[in-house]
Amino acid sequence: MKHRLLAWGLALPAILLVAIFLGLPVIETLLTTFADPKGAFAPYIKFFNSGFRRTVLWRTMEVAVITTVLSVLIGFVTAWVVANAPAKAKSYLIIAAVFPLLTGVVVRSFAWLVILGKNGILNSLLLALGVISEPFSMLYTQGAVIVAMVYLFVPLMILTCVGVLEGIPQDLTDAAASLGATQWGIFKQVILPMAVPGLIVGAVLVFTGSFTSYATPQLLGGERQMMMGTFLHQRAMVVFDWVGASTIAAIMVVVTLATVLLMSRLARKLNPVAG
Amino acid sequence: MKRKLHPALIAFAVLVFIFLTGPLVIIIGSSLSSSEFLEFPPQGLSLRWYENAFDISAFRRTMGTSFFLAVAGTALSMLVGVPAAYAMARYRVELPGWLGNVFVLPVLIPEIVLGFSIMKTITTGYEVPVLPSLLIGHALLVLPYCVRVTGASLNSFDFSIEEAAVSLGCPRWKAFFVVILPNIRAGLIAAFILAFITSLNDVSISLFLTGPGVSTLPIQLLAHMEQFFDPTIASVSVVLMFITVGVMAVVERTLGLTFLTK
Repeated sequence: MKHRLLAWGLALPAILLVAIFLGLPVIETLLTTFADPKGAFAPYIKFFNSGFRRTVLWRTMEVAVITTVLSVLIGFVTAWVVANAPAKAKSYLIIAAVFPLLTGVVVRSFAWLVILGKNGILNSLLLALGVISEPFSMLYTQGAVIVAMVYLFVPLMILTCVGVLEGIPQDLTDAAASLGATQWGIFKQVILPMAVPGLIVGAVLVFTGSFTSYATPQLLGGERQMMMGTFLHQRAMVVFDWVGASTIAAIMVVVTLATVLLMSRLARKLNPVAG
Repeated sequence: MKRKLHPALIAFAVLVFIFLTGPLVIIIGSSLSSSEFLEFPPQGLSLRWYENAFDISAFRRTMGTSFFLAVAGTALSMLVGVPAAYAMARYRVELPGWLGNVFVLPVLIPEIVLGFSIMKTITTGYEVPVLPSLLIGHALLVLPYCVRVTGASLNSFDFSIEEAAVSLGCPRWKAFFVVILPNIRAGLIAAFILAFITSLNDVSISLFLTGPGVSTLPIQLLAHMEQFFDPTIASVSVVLMFITVGVMAVVERTLGLTFLTK
């Protein structure tokens, strides 16, 4: 009993921090969307009846899914090379992956502004090579947002996948090899099934991260490529439509939580070791 | 598990690493430009944009705010997070299993939703001034790192050492400081650094919590970019990058970078 009190006492300040400053505000935001005088679901009906709002939601989904697929593929293949590289090269490669990760989102998105701008590096390069005759604007397109987001999340995916690949016990692959499996067979039948749960965890991070991002769509997508994050900010701070902003926030929370719960369940189910 | 790599795979990985480092090289290059425009490669070299960055008082002020928030927010978060992590590792039976999930909520709830909600309820609703609101927001944001990373160290800690100290007459509170904290030093440093960098780079929480005269560096950078497109931003970015390099060197010295893949 004494221990129980002590344990709760030690955890209490952190619990209070989360309950008061996260629980309370977020619940209030969610409740706001149901307290509309026009009816409990009025803000949601308004949201889904508006073509513009649906487009924003759909675009955000699309960007997040494409970003996730590209990041997982690129990250996994690169991690495979990193994990099998000689020790010295490996530590340098990990530094090269960590460094962008520790650099801020604003700085990394800004770099793509310099590269993709009308007078940017890519345009100058293409002009010099004679591929195009006059510079064209690549900014404020969905492609620009996706490229910058993939750039943002590939390092995270590489590190996650290296961790996953190194966690696969060598006994397993050795056993497969001694039983006559080919390299490809080992990859397909041992490594991939063992890696999938970890890949799903990484993919969830990328999906939720890109679905809720703000700085990248703001800088590279602008008004034309409005996404949920930038839309929320616009409703809250430019138009001061707090119910509208809360509705966007609630949709973001639902999508994020649903993805995390469903996917972690799937990851557990697909785990060959636990299952 | 070393395997022979197909040349095509190696070529692919090389391209990926060029993709990862190229943009950062471009920022460094264009920050050194002597002309009025952002360009790469720079026509002439100069440090004038670094001078300009430090001349702009908004950058100086917001950098101060960002540093204060990163240090104070992380410290506050460690202050409440480390005892919680200790309680969960030491009293596994006494505390329910779901408690750990409570401390992960700040990464589970979208950051931008958290920022908006804190602004709406705490800053506007309870009229808490902007700076304390920001501090609380940043402390919350980094709490998962503080609890989880120190928790990982504590889980591999042998608590019988603590018992030994106590049975030899050391008071419990003292045992915490002289036995436990020194033993989980690596985890504490890692947690502090991850939290510090996360706070320093944060956009989505600070976005709503900036008021008259109070702003953070990333938010100021965003605002500056919307008006000017000169190499000043590149030079501020490089300064931030060098802070990161410094922090990474400390990590490498104390822990080795491999802990980041675990």
